Amino acid sequence: MASIEIANARKSYGAVHVLHGIDLAIADGEFIVLVGPSGCGKSTLLRMIAGLEDITSGDIRIGDDIVNDLQPRDRDIAMVFQSYALYPHMTVAQNMSYALTLRKTAKERIAESLAGVSEILGLNALLDRRPKALSGGQRQRVAMGRAIVRKPRAFLFDEPLSNLDARLREQMRTEIRKLHRRLNATSVYVTHDQIEAMTMADRIVAMHDGIIQQVGTPIEIYDHPANIFVASFIGSPAMNFLHGTCIKTDTTSAIRFADGHILPVAPRPGLYAGQEITLGARPEHVAIAAPETPGALPARVDLIEPMGLSTLIHVTLAGHELKIFTMDRPAFAIDSTIHIAFDIDKTHIFDRNSELRLPPVIKAPEETTKETSGANGT
Amino acid sequence: MVLSGRSRLGTTVYWATHYLMIAAFVAFALFPLFWLLKVSVTPNDILYTEGVRMWPSRITWDNYAFVLTKSSFPHFFLNSVIVSGSTAFITTIIAAMTGYAFSRFAFRGKVVIIALMLITQMFPLVMLIAPIFRILAPLGLTDSLTGLIIVYTAFNVPFATFLMQSFFDGIPRDLEEAAMIDGNTRFEAFRKIILPLTLPGVAATLGFVFTAAWSELLFALMLVSSESASTFPVGLLSFVSKFSVDFGQMMAAGVLALVPACLFFLLIQRYLVQGLTAGAVKG
Repeated sequence: MASIEIANARKSYGAVHVLHGIDLAIADGEFIVLVGPSGCGKSTLLRMIAGLEDITSGDIRIGDDIVNDLQPRDRDIAMVFQSYALYPHMTVAQNMSYALTLRKTAKERIAESLAGVSEILGLNALLDRRPKALSGGQRQRVAMGRAIVRKPRAFLFDEPLSNLDARLREQMRTEIRKLHRRLNATSVYVTHDQIEAMTMADRIVAMHDGIIQQVGTPIEIYDHPANIFVASFIGSPAMNFLHGTCIKTDTTSAIRFADGHILPVAPRPGLYAGQEITLGARPEHVAIAAPETPGALPARVDLIEPMGLSTLIHVTLAGHELKIFTMDRPAFAIDSTIHIAFDIDKTHIFDRNSELRLPPVIKAPEETTKETSGANGT
Repeated sequence: MVLSGRSRLGTTVYWATHYLMIAAFVAFALFPLFWLLKVSVTPNDILYTEGVRMWPSRITWDNYAFVLTKSSFPHFFLNSVIVSGSTAFITTIIAAMTGYAFSRFAFRGKVVIIALMLITQMFPLVMLIAPIFRILAPLGLTDSLTGLIIVYTAFNVPFATFLMQSFFDGIPRDLEEAAMIDGNTRFEAFRKIILPLTLPGVAATLGFVFTAAWSELLFALMLVSSESASTFPVGLLSFVSKFSVDFGQMMAAGVLALVPACLFFLLIQRYLVQGLTAGAVKG
């Protein structure tokens, strides 16, 4: 196993710039998830690590070696593809041992590795089958097996669960995590599914438009998103956003919405009167309140989505559509007016122009939030 | 039950009509072949005297014996096998590599090359005979099998390339990328992973080019003048003399000419059927 270091890596196709200077250090044994919407450059970055795409400029280092100019086969990495990419004309056993055969590994060693890996993945009964005789889940497992059997320096996963149904996806998610614990292998995992990112990652790298927006543990990213993009992308149901203007007195700060309603907010450095700001509140940080509660605002009920364990209420407040998460089972009539209150300490304030989050008052120097440390300034 | 009986009758009629139509089509398509066979075994003396009969009153193998032993046909056959086989082989190798490049790589001038290759397919061959003759003559390539192979290859490569490209397009890139990560170079990945999966395409291309070269007459006639380098379609014409046409021998030669082509298709048919239906169903 080895660490991976990416320094100022750029990628362009002619005049189209896909990656704008990526800096990322992945520790030995770490499970990193690159997450972002389609076209954000996450797969390109992964393919650059694999050697399947050239690097326009910058350096990629695996272990102690700069691998910029190395062929994929010389990088000692394994990759699991979204399509699984199993060789259709080979059996499961041949698929899994192909890389070892190419490396002229002794037959006994191959058989030994194959037996070990197929035992772990429960593929023993399938070794003589061809890929087309396997189910989606089994194919996925063979693809994993093909990667593991080689004991490479790093594992790369390119949306490996996208083709599975929801239940199998959940199951494989757990299995991959367990496997990672067991092998302690440096892994880079690309997904557009923020739930996969949250549940699997040691650290998440949130990407957008070819730029790393934020690097952090799942909880850091969830609780302290660096900007509006990260806040909106991570979390399901997504964060609510309300636009307004900052009003300020000597002692308090508040946001005034277009309809005139005012909501006090926790003070933040950098917040000034007249500033165009966006308030971000996760659905679980908005609650249904009695009308007389201080700070409660009236909202119209649009839709109620019962989800069994919880309920999601869609409301409209000051022209903004919001979602409220509750463990209760409220019986509001559609179009009725209810009052909602925000958990002020947990809401986020973003500058509307820069889209950056204004961090709350720093209480002590050592509590500096980490969320911007990995963010790329380009 | 009445309903199911009626529907069973309906189904029978439905399928009977289907098979009848297919049978009619097959009969229409194969009848000339049957006539070829019939005339080839009809003795010369009753060919015109018996009138139109589906099968002659007696048959003879004399025409075959003559064609095989007393005519130059075995030589023409051999020439045709050499020319068609070599053309099919060379064209398929070039088309496989070119098709792969078109399918997988983006390179400068790709569009121009594809356009040029398409343009070559637009001209009637008759237009090109004269210049090609003028080019080949000083090179000593007229009246030679090599010259024919070169010309056939040049004319078949564009279409064969597009055919192969469509087969490569149907194979996910992930496969060779996985092979390259597993330890192959790109060429090894092409040879060991992609090519085995394109065997149906290779077979289809081989078959297409082989038949095209096998039955080509125009170039064979214009570029070759001596009997030693003639192919079988040209040889067939030797049965047409100024005063008569020796139908029996001509038909016997025709039947014999079918043999190599049939053998060739028999060899590749397993891959060909896969190839022509590739992509029709989700794999």
